[in-house]
Amino acid sequence: MTDIAHPLAAPNPHLETSTGLDSRKLAIWTFLGSECMFFASLISTYVVYRGKSLVGPFPHTPWTDPATGQVYEPIIEIPLVTVGTALLLFSSLFIVLALYGAQKGNRKMLLGWLGATIMCGVFFVGMQVYEFTHFVHKGLTLQRNMFGASFFTLTGFHGTHVTIGVIWLLTMFVLALRKQLPPENAINLEMAALYWHFVDVVWIIIFPVVYLMQ
Amino acid sequence: MATTAVGHEALAAAPGEKTGLWSWITTVDHKRVAILYLIGATVFFFLGGIEALLLRIQLAKPDNNFVGPEFYNQLFTMHGTTMIFLAVMPMSQIFFNYIIPLMIGARDVAFPRLNAFGVWVFLLGGLFLNASFLFGAAPDAGWFGYANLTSKQFSPGMHVDFWMLGLQILGVSSLAAAVNFFVTIINLRAPGMRLMRMPMFVWMSFITMILLLLAFPVITVALILLMFDRFFGTHFFVPAGGGDPILWQHLFWIFGHPEVYILILPAFGIISEVLPVFSRKPLFGYAAMVFSGVFIAFLGFGVWSHHMFSTGMGPIADTFFSLATMLIAIPTGVKIFNWIGTIWGGSLQLKTPMLFALGFIAMFIMGGLSGVMHASPPADLQQTDTYFVVAHFHYVLFGGSIFGLVAGAYYWWPKMFGKLLDERLGKIHFWLQLIGFNLTFFPMHMVGLHGMPRRVYTYPKGLGFDGMNQMETVGAFILAAGFAVMLYNIWKTWRTAPPAPADPWNGATLEWSIPSPPQEWNFPEIPTVTGRDPLWEAKRQRGGPLPEPQRVSGQGIHMPAPSYWPLVTALSLPLLFTGLMLASKIGPWGIFIGVATLFFGIYNWLFEPSYTSIPGVRGKAHH
Repeated sequence: MTDIAHPLAAPNPHLETSTGLDSRKLAIWTFLGSECMFFASLISTYVVYRGKSLVGPFPHTPWTDPATGQVYEPIIEIPLVTVGTALLLFSSLFIVLALYGAQKGNRKMLLGWLGATIMCGVFFVGMQVYEFTHFVHKGLTLQRNMFGASFFTLTGFHGTHVTIGVIWLLTMFVLALRKQLPPENAINLEMAALYWHFVDVVWIIIFPVVYLMQ
Repeated sequence: MATTAVGHEALAAAPGEKTGLWSWITTVDHKRVAILYLIGATVFFFLGGIEALLLRIQLAKPDNNFVGPEFYNQLFTMHGTTMIFLAVMPMSQIFFNYIIPLMIGARDVAFPRLNAFGVWVFLLGGLFLNASFLFGAAPDAGWFGYANLTSKQFSPGMHVDFWMLGLQILGVSSLAAAVNFFVTIINLRAPGMRLMRMPMFVWMSFITMILLLLAFPVITVALILLMFDRFFGTHFFVPAGGGDPILWQHLFWIFGHPEVYILILPAFGIISEVLPVFSRKPLFGYAAMVFSGVFIAFLGFGVWSHHMFSTGMGPIADTFFSLATMLIAIPTGVKIFNWIGTIWGGSLQLKTPMLFALGFIAMFIMGGLSGVMHASPPADLQQTDTYFVVAHFHYVLFGGSIFGLVAGAYYWWPKMFGKLLDERLGKIHFWLQLIGFNLTFFPMHMVGLHGMPRRVYTYPKGLGFDGMNQMETVGAFILAAGFAVMLYNIWKTWRTAPPAPADPWNGATLEWSIPSPPQEWNFPEIPTVTGRDPLWEAKRQRGGPLPEPQRVSGQGIHMPAPSYWPLVTALSLPLLFTGLMLASKIGPWGIFIGVATLFFGIYNWLFEPSYTSIPGVRGKAHH
């Protein structure tokens, strides 16, 4: 009967599909293609509103409030975010190593590198939480000006994606701990990894556009 | 092509055929999902139709006060939103769901539970949007929701909240379906079903999926920005805070123009199936049809600003978008000539589906021509915001999409429900619809050019609009009568018509090779395809009609297991958005409940076993 079974019925990696590609992997690629338009729209919005703020604080230049005489320093702090960016970039390497471990059945490698990836993700989100709080204390809120609105929206939605990625990877970590991520199921981690790389790539665009371009 | 059921016992009726409410709630069968879409889309289509009739009654005579200006705004906004998102898109979904897997020789879609999730989200999103009527707060800023009409300052009530959150829910449904069918079409084709052998309906659907995938994220972002403006006090579209209302128009139409093709391409596909079958000729210019469809979709992303000529974008942008828009007439013309080439010299059978397909060609040409007219910015400045534009888009969306979808309904009804619809009633429906449609919308060209503005609840006497408007209202009721005849037709044949054969139209594609309606697993054995019209080829080889396919036990076939988790997960979205709407009154608890339900649903969905096999004839489980 196996020759007439539905392709999806076979829970093995050699699914019989028209392209030979696993449908789940194709679905993740498709979804990420769609996500490109999501972030393209957010980044465009940010770029459209660059320099359109009526009041400070501004990202790269100081601003003096004409009413109170209070001086707002440039708000962006590049060193902190650079560390976060570096960790996110390294985590893309780590998850490749974790996936290699999963595919080879090397549980130690899988757990170690997956753990490292999750730590990087958690640090990145923590960095962002710190940064957001810091900005709010310095007077930059969603409502304050166009920079605040478009900055928090863009980086906030990216941060939400990282958070969802961390939850996804944590789930994979628990599965691996319970020995439920054998090599034939490595595709489950591969899908999370594809998503993780995508979130990383988006940040590679956001980082120069928001933090480096003056 | 082999569809004989080797190794399967023939049966009068299949065992284990599931019935009852619970089997529908937990269904993941693409055919049942299609029927859920059918029920939802029909209800919303009639709601949108009633809204249209109320609008027409209001406009039947000058200085009328049948509905006041406020309710009139709600009616035209909900009519547009309903017809686009809750009627035409899900009507296309009926055929994506039911027909695509059958046409490509698959047992189900790639992700059956995601498919069920999509239909539940659509139904709940539609209810959410329409629940606004219960609070007297139906959306009233137009289906395009232009800033600043939607800003907190000018629309303080819940009208716009219902609209933006409702559309957000519906977007999730569209994206889920788009990912699913994109993967299904690429990956679940039967052996030999190469891309350039796929039926044209599958091709046009495939292109529609790409448009959905790339267009919907853009409106998602636009709606998020609007939500931030309304709920959190940002100024994305508020000039006083440095924002720009024109950005809304750009984001909306970068979505909105591809959306137009999302509405029309499935209808292109349907009539490309109907015309060959009732002309007894293969589709003319198959490759040209495929590539013109791809070209239309590609250009569709480069023309959005032709909706914005009146915003004053300057000569360079006007020229670019005007030329790009006129360019679309070329691939569209290629399609029309190919359809005419298909029926040219054929032995035409003027059955109901064929009549609607022919009606489609004629009506769509008229809509296309007026479209080319306002591709020219000077002409557009004259026509924009008048009934001329209303006439144009009803000729393409009603004369196009709806005529095509109705053709598909008459064509595939026997496959879906095992009953042929009555030909005589079908023809009455066709003539009522054709006459009613033209009576309603043709005069709008004239009153539009005479300057009658859209979206205004009444008009003064003596401007020369009176007679035309009366005619339009009469036409709208004739149109409604046409659909009443269709309902009567369904009811009558449901009760009295004999069971339909597997292949009532002498079809060319795989769905006609299996019983009507198909069994749960569609194909007892996956067919092998060797050409573009596999069933015609099989009949030619055999030298006559194929034997009636028999119902089989399907013993041992692995099928996706039923699940209620897609419904639970879908429920989390209206919960979450209701929580957002009420957050200022009850705090964040509603949002927490929504997110918790979402996670609860997703995790249970992911960790339940997802396959089962059809039990044996004597109830013996077989793995």
